[in-house]
Amino acid sequence: MPKDHGIGASSKRREDIRFLTGRGVYTDDMNLHGQTYAVFVRSQVAHGRIKSINTSNAASMPGVLAVFTGEDFKDVGGNPAGWLINSRDGTPMREPKRPVLAHGKVRHVGDAYAAVVAESYAEAKDAAEQLAADSDIEELPAIIDMAAAVANASNRVHDEIPDNLCYDWGWIEDNRAAVDAAIKAAPHVTVLELVNNRLVPNAMEPRASIGEYFPGTGDYKLTTTSQNPHLTRLLVAAFVLGIPENKLTVVAPDVGGGFGSKIYHYGEEAVVLAAAKKLARPVRWTAERSESFLSDAHGRDHVTKIELACEKDGTFIAFRTETMANVGAYLSNFATVTPTFLHGTLMAGPYKVPNVYVNVKTVFTNTAPVDAYRGAGRPEATYSLERVIDKMCRELGLDPFEVRRKNFITTDMFPYTTPVGLAYDTGNYHATLDKAIEIGNVAGFEARRAASAKRGKLRGMGLSTWIEACGIAPSHLVGVLGARVGLYDAATVRVNATGNISVMTGAHSHGQGHETVFAQIVAEKLGVPEASVEIVHGDTSKIPFGMGSYGSRSLAVCGVAVTKAIDKIVAKGKKIAAHMLEAAEEDITFENGSFSVAGTDKAKTFGEIAFSAYVPHNYPLETLEPGLEETAFYDPANFTYPAGAYICEVEVDAETGKVDVVAFHCADDFGNIMNPMVVEGQVHGGVGQGIGQALCENTTYDDTGQLLTGSYMDYAMPRAGDVPFYNVDYSCQTPCTHNPLGVKGCGEAGAIGSPPAVVNAVIDALHRGGHTHVKHIDMPVSPSRVWQAIHG
Amino acid sequence: MHNFDFVKPASIADAVKALSSDGAQALSGGQTLLPTMKQRLAAPAVLVSLTGIAEMKGVCRGDGGLHVGAATTHATVAKEAAAHYPALAALAGGIGDPAVRNRGTIGGSIANNDPAACYPAGVLGSGATVVTSKRKIAADDFFQGLFSTALDEGEIVTEVRFPIPEKAAYVKFQQPASRFALTGVFVAKFGTGVRVAVTGAGQGGVFRWTEAEAALSRSFAPGAVDGLSLSGDDMISDLHGSAAYRANLVKVLTGRAVAAAG
Repeated sequence: MPKDHGIGASSKRREDIRFLTGRGVYTDDMNLHGQTYAVFVRSQVAHGRIKSINTSNAASMPGVLAVFTGEDFKDVGGNPAGWLINSRDGTPMREPKRPVLAHGKVRHVGDAYAAVVAESYAEAKDAAEQLAADSDIEELPAIIDMAAAVANASNRVHDEIPDNLCYDWGWIEDNRAAVDAAIKAAPHVTVLELVNNRLVPNAMEPRASIGEYFPGTGDYKLTTTSQNPHLTRLLVAAFVLGIPENKLTVVAPDVGGGFGSKIYHYGEEAVVLAAAKKLARPVRWTAERSESFLSDAHGRDHVTKIELACEKDGTFIAFRTETMANVGAYLSNFATVTPTFLHGTLMAGPYKVPNVYVNVKTVFTNTAPVDAYRGAGRPEATYSLERVIDKMCRELGLDPFEVRRKNFITTDMFPYTTPVGLAYDTGNYHATLDKAIEIGNVAGFEARRAASAKRGKLRGMGLSTWIEACGIAPSHLVGVLGARVGLYDAATVRVNATGNISVMTGAHSHGQGHETVFAQIVAEKLGVPEASVEIVHGDTSKIPFGMGSYGSRSLAVCGVAVTKAIDKIVAKGKKIAAHMLEAAEEDITFENGSFSVAGTDKAKTFGEIAFSAYVPHNYPLETLEPGLEETAFYDPANFTYPAGAYICEVEVDAETGKVDVVAFHCADDFGNIMNPMVVEGQVHGGVGQGIGQALCENTTYDDTGQLLTGSYMDYAMPRAGDVPFYNVDYSCQTPCTHNPLGVKGCGEAGAIGSPPAVVNAVIDALHRGGHTHVKHIDMPVSPSRVWQAIHG
Repeated sequence: MHNFDFVKPASIADAVKALSSDGAQALSGGQTLLPTMKQRLAAPAVLVSLTGIAEMKGVCRGDGGLHVGAATTHATVAKEAAAHYPALAALAGGIGDPAVRNRGTIGGSIANNDPAACYPAGVLGSGATVVTSKRKIAADDFFQGLFSTALDEGEIVTEVRFPIPEKAAYVKFQQPASRFALTGVFVAKFGTGVRVAVTGAGQGGVFRWTEAEAALSRSFAPGAVDGLSLSGDDMISDLHGSAAYRANLVKVLTGRAVAAAG
């Protein structure tokens, strides 16, 4: 019988009650006495020189309290890049300053170069319109295409960077000669050029920030849509505005989705804080949806050539990739690591390929900044690899299932160090593939294909066997690789005097379900009801210094910090119990919420121990502090390596090119499972985003840098009708070997593994339908692209 | 959104009068106008709501067909036209989403004449008559290009009168993002011949595909259009489909509409 409580139970998400009944409290829901409204003035051209901004008209308009331009922030710090990447020749990446408000030049449509604060939103909006009209910006030629950006040294996004190149990175440079030689000598080489399409994150809640300043104490408060309030505090306080960290509280309350886009610090946060100080009144800003499209950090946007060298029987010999990655106009906080260490290190996949070399050129363009988006680099690696394997199978007439089987790392090979530097601790790729074949009823495909054909549809099946590195990350390792932050996390477990428990986590939940799952872990470990555990997150004045949620890390890093803090609680509880029960500490056992003396019936409940800790009348005060509160920081020893096999079936209407995903089967290995229902939800969401990328979503700038897909009229989001009922299995479990929960992480898996499964299925359908000239279609595989490919 | 004055007259005559003032703009369901105003791309001084005029609402049988008041919502047409003109009801029931269908109106849709809207295909394909505050206009004369109609300044669409065909169907292929018609085809078979109206595809907005009409008038069968070729020269080309793709869709959807009409 499945558990109904604690670890492994499908406890219902407690936070959903407030979300679904409209009782969540998001940044924009907060109304403060004396609040004012900020509106940002954004560039309408992709590239321009700011010649003058006449603020006097706007400043004298009704209700206007303050006007800011880039000039007001030119002496404060820039918004920094969080990761140093060195080029192949050893030179450090080019790191242009990213100002709070654009100064001197505007570099993408939507680049904020001024802000107006007024008594009302409408007044601020009117004044911002006036300010835009009073701005003289000389339009410069836009740099949009990456190849052209690198080729034309005279047209520069940043005047000091002649070739618009951030870095030219090789991984691993020492592999290069061997890979080149292996490819040259190989019996077969498959080459594929592909685009990993740029995506707009589209969190349901747009970005929003409220700045407050308290003149009496000199304290600041920033309420903002963040996935990591401490990181935001560090960036805006220490790096940008020069506020001591202990004078700034950052609160990320309920946050309606992030997908990576809310990891980063954005200039609007600095402006509302500076304005709040100047006016000594709260200053609020909420992005309009159009602003989200223009100014949230976008995702993906790689152009890649991948070569796969193999024997005629499909045994892999070498992979080589050349990628151009678009970083946009400025370096967003983790923009430099996403196409490098989060991408290149995954380029061996779950395969025992001996030679891999990855080259990435990251390029500045006059487009919105690009940074990590659900999966962050790993979807790009998986897509390149799983697509080229599929193409190779067609070229050599090999079975895609058998080719994977032949090349998988086997269970006896762990721990396994790949040629691109990762050490996989455990896994069983054959097991997840077998499971996917079973749940996907691959044997019955031909009958389904025939049934589809009767309805005039071409049916195809696509496979993707993915792996990722998450649970980000061991600080010492990422430090060596250029990270400018540590990537531990922290938790405080506070047992209150009456025995209920508050847990303060560095991880931040913006939809993941931490409030439920962390409570399950605490309840299990301490033998208390889940309902007596409260999870507190998102407020730097309450929580320990943690690094927040992204990279499928919350459970594998912060969840482990929670368990380590609990271990300390239990250890202290044993000391208290030993005193109260007049026994030796080593004779105390803790089980099911009870401290007892081994071999006797003497016991104290968890609640009695907690009460004694706070009312220490009968307590070893000489040797033990009162209270029952422990904090633990946890820095993982390695990444975790979830993996799985996805099978997608599509039907293609050859007359219109429309693709319907009719079945999607996921067999994942996430290690131990804390809450099956939450895991299923994460996989559903991730696969939905992956299907969106594969079939619908695209971000298109025209040659002048105007965003053509700047609203939902032209940016195609997947809807419920575009996705099938998912078939999700997570019964193949190889627990992570280096964390005590044995967990790996599941948040990004769906978005990583699914796009190549979808595209492979479309190509399969076309081939089975006789359109064998179609070798590849770039995402999104939209109806018009499919039709064009058939008729091309 | 900028400030504006709002009036809600109860009669067509009062509405016409209100629309004669400077900067006045008729407002029906507002499904295009209000988003445009929110984006500050339009700033009318006065909005004249047409939704309080009883004589402009409802669906009823009339002389030789079905009369639909111009301020009738898509949801109402979907429900009340179903027994009389199922193809028209199905078209109305497939516009946008429930929120759009319960605000948007037939008069607003055809007066705006968005090149990707569904109703222009239904009105032109049916050979309907557009009744206005001052005259009756045949559908063939009403639609005059992208966002352009025969309406004069201040003239209000008050009713649309549909002759009821023997058979009809509307088939739309959705634009992946907006879910408007990337291309939509309305086919109607009358005793006097077949009409085929196409929305979403033409650079000049909704149009009749006369070659298909001739072929289908000879033989009302899905295969009747197989031998026809349609040039992409006058078709829209954009992010979501080339002109050649749209020309293909027109032909494919025409065949499917004939099949659906039965």
